Amino acid sequence: MLLHRCALLLATVPLVAFSGETKVHEFKLDNGLKVLIQEDHRAPVAVSQVWYKVGSSYEYGGITGVSHMLEHMMFKGTKKHPPGEFSRIIAANGGSENAFTGQDYTAYFQTLEKSRLNVSFDLEADRMRNLQILEPEFVKEQQVVIEERRMRTDDQPRAKMEEHFQAMAFTSSPYKNPVIGWPDDIAGLTVKDLSDWYQLWYAPNNATLVVVGDIDPKAVFELAKRHFGPLKSNSLPTVKPRHEVQQLGPRRMVAKIPAKLPYLTMGYKAPVLRTVEQPWEAYALEVAAGILDGGNSARLSTRLVRGQQIAAGVGAGYDLYGRMSGLFTLEGTPAQGKTLAELEKALSEEVARLRDERVAPDELERVKAQVMASKIYQRDSIFYQAMQLGLTETVDLGWKVVDEYVDKLTQVTPEQIQQVAQKYLVDDRLSVGYLEPQPIPEGAELPAEGNMNGGANVR
Amino acid sequence: MSADHLSRDRSAAFMNAFRPFAADTLLMGFRRALPLLVLFLLGVGTAQAVPEIQQWTTARGTKVFFARTEGLPLVDVRVLFDAGSARDGQQFGLATMTAALLDTGAGDWDADTIAKRLEGVGALLDTSASRDSASLSLRTLTKPELMKVALETAREILLHPRFETADFEREKKRILLSIKQREEAPDDLAGIAFFEALYRNHPYAHPKEGNRDTVEKLTRDDLARFFQTHYVAKNATVVIVGELDRAAAESMAQELAGQLPEGQALPAVPVPETGAQAGMVRKTFPSEQTHVLAGQIGMKITDPDYFPLYVGNHILGGSGFASRVVKEVREKRGLSYSAYSYFYPFREAGPFLMGLQTRNDQAEQALGVLQQTLKDFIDKGPTEQELKAAKQNITGGFVLRLDSNKKLAEQIASIGFFGLPLDWLNTFISKVEAVTAADIHRAFRARIHPNQLQTVLVGAPQREQ
Repeated sequence: MLLHRCALLLATVPLVAFSGETKVHEFKLDNGLKVLIQEDHRAPVAVSQVWYKVGSSYEYGGITGVSHMLEHMMFKGTKKHPPGEFSRIIAANGGSENAFTGQDYTAYFQTLEKSRLNVSFDLEADRMRNLQILEPEFVKEQQVVIEERRMRTDDQPRAKMEEHFQAMAFTSSPYKNPVIGWPDDIAGLTVKDLSDWYQLWYAPNNATLVVVGDIDPKAVFELAKRHFGPLKSNSLPTVKPRHEVQQLGPRRMVAKIPAKLPYLTMGYKAPVLRTVEQPWEAYALEVAAGILDGGNSARLSTRLVRGQQIAAGVGAGYDLYGRMSGLFTLEGTPAQGKTLAELEKALSEEVARLRDERVAPDELERVKAQVMASKIYQRDSIFYQAMQLGLTETVDLGWKVVDEYVDKLTQVTPEQIQQVAQKYLVDDRLSVGYLEPQPIPEGAELPAEGNMNGGANVR
Repeated sequence: MSADHLSRDRSAAFMNAFRPFAADTLLMGFRRALPLLVLFLLGVGTAQAVPEIQQWTTARGTKVFFARTEGLPLVDVRVLFDAGSARDGQQFGLATMTAALLDTGAGDWDADTIAKRLEGVGALLDTSASRDSASLSLRTLTKPELMKVALETAREILLHPRFETADFEREKKRILLSIKQREEAPDDLAGIAFFEALYRNHPYAHPKEGNRDTVEKLTRDDLARFFQTHYVAKNATVVIVGELDRAAAESMAQELAGQLPEGQALPAVPVPETGAQAGMVRKTFPSEQTHVLAGQIGMKITDPDYFPLYVGNHILGGSGFASRVVKEVREKRGLSYSAYSYFYPFREAGPFLMGLQTRNDQAEQALGVLQQTLKDFIDKGPTEQELKAAKQNITGGFVLRLDSNKKLAEQIASIGFFGLPLDWLNTFISKVEAVTAADIHRAFRARIHPNQLQTVLVGAPQREQ
């Protein structure tokens, strides 16, 4: 199967003459592997990404973090390639490689000089079905992940607070769990847990291969067929719905953490493109986030940071490409001498204003101007282009929504923004979290001990 | 704008001297996040991967560097001044705050108007300072009526910033809060202590945002004076990379820098003193992990030993999982998520450092592994096999360092600002290829002394007390 699609950027947009044209070639192998290929001939490089439909939102109680832990172990060898060999081979070919895990996906990538794409395919195909999870490697890597959690969450006041906030805001949705996993769950993972998880989800019919770069689509497709074609597909488990139950009223929490600055997070339960009744609602929420936080001229910076000077920093966010319904968020740091309650009140007033008044035409135009420009700026990164294709495909929206994005956003009207604000940005959907700083013991310098030169001071 | 890290979206751009990992806040759980500071670690490659860099000087003495790219209707512009925090004198934080104020009011426009003008045409503008430089970065579409508005706005910011008292007072409060926020981050505290231990009285020693007492004393007039003497034509470098022809680039450079007062180029920053005795700083902090940094003064960007040290460090701790530090600390022992070594070359000698973060009760063990790994490398140098692998990685991956307009603009900004030869990118591969194991061994033995390391540990002490 070979589908061509040439996305034409709306002729109605006067701002940008450039069409922003992207051309994605879409294939499917007999074993179910989806292949998306996009040409970008500006530099002799290619990025290759393999996306799996599994992430923390697929996990259940007791094994949270298993997707992320498995991602780490995917670098620890197969029968054909012993531990360390993946990284050595990619390095020897001048490539850079890594992987990332999110709520809805686990993805692996290599960026290489274009002629070395086969190196990437060879390794990715091998570890898609032939991973060996060895106990000694697992034991060490578990400690690495526990250190990663300490670094990213446990020692970061805001990340720690956000983790508790998510757990409060969601009741039945798996979005309540952190991607990296709860501490006891990470510590309790076993080789069998990982092996079972791998057997369940790692198969060509649960994956998307994305390639963007200075390549010939037909040749890349043939190469993909050669490497991935022989892999066996899996009988995939049914993904349980696990929808969030209806929230019954506002929720509040306080996190008391040793820190220096207070911090506020607010989140309104909001559908995403995949779960919304009418697609325009998701795009209207996206524009609403832009009206609040689309740069220095947007409302939050203009009114709360500069005008009223209630916030030292402030932001709004909405992710319309989630697999399940999520949050429309607001967050900020109170300005010197201002309280969390004052900042919350000011942010609530901005939300009320979205409900009560129509957005002015010039504000809307600025948001749209930025969206259209950023569509072109994003094309400066082949990695980002590949990410967008892989992400939208992996949450079952299909990559075509990437092409539709600018078109859909420019169609959003002031009335629609007001409608979604009235429908979704309401108190009964709200969760509020305060980070109340607790004293940090003074960072006293201890007397230096001994001679630290040279040798290994192993204890 | 400074202090942007106070909001979550921009937290990745947090202010401190360096972040020992490139944490990606959007994608939780990056497997590795090792500190490959690409800005100065230039790559190399095939001829066609390197666009021609054109260079000329404006009538008032500003050097302009231009590369034409094709395929996207955009342009990246950098205007750099020798006005980084190394020029603060005793007024720590002066350079950073001056840069932060630039886009809060200029000519007839206040901050709101400036933001509306730029965002109305989809342009991105940022002003900031590092230790060596202050810079204005602009990204705009090349469509003439859009680019015109973006350029006019940038020009006013560079020529007529207002430094109004109200803006000054607000930004000062925000910077003071961000300085306070450092006190809740053990990695920031470690970085600050490390630079102070390394550079002592040198102008690279203090954090570029300054300290609470120095920032509190700054006045609006201090900033205006600093601006007048530092943001001048002879102290400026303009870099233009994008889909423009030479004539358009010339007129753009003229518009941005042509009217800057001529002024005077500044004398060189003093050469940092090396050869200090080993030192150890321990700070207690109620964290789960201890952040460990160890290093000494390294090299400047025009150092004659740049290539042996760069390639050698690639093997030691600069290439992620292929490097010795990661193998020893993480792969063999599972002690840390991120472990690394790097040279961060400044205009004068920048730091060489190794770092990691680990559970408090393992800090001494992990530090011992770092020290031993360094000592082994200095004693014996790299193996031929390691050298071959490093060269394959650097040369084979050269094209990745120039594969976007933005990356190219950063590379050319380094070349232009630091006065590297214009063929720097074109000759990089051959200079890497020419490095021998003996060169690396000699350069490391001459420059890095395991018994003279400055070591910083920030975390909750276990048993030591």
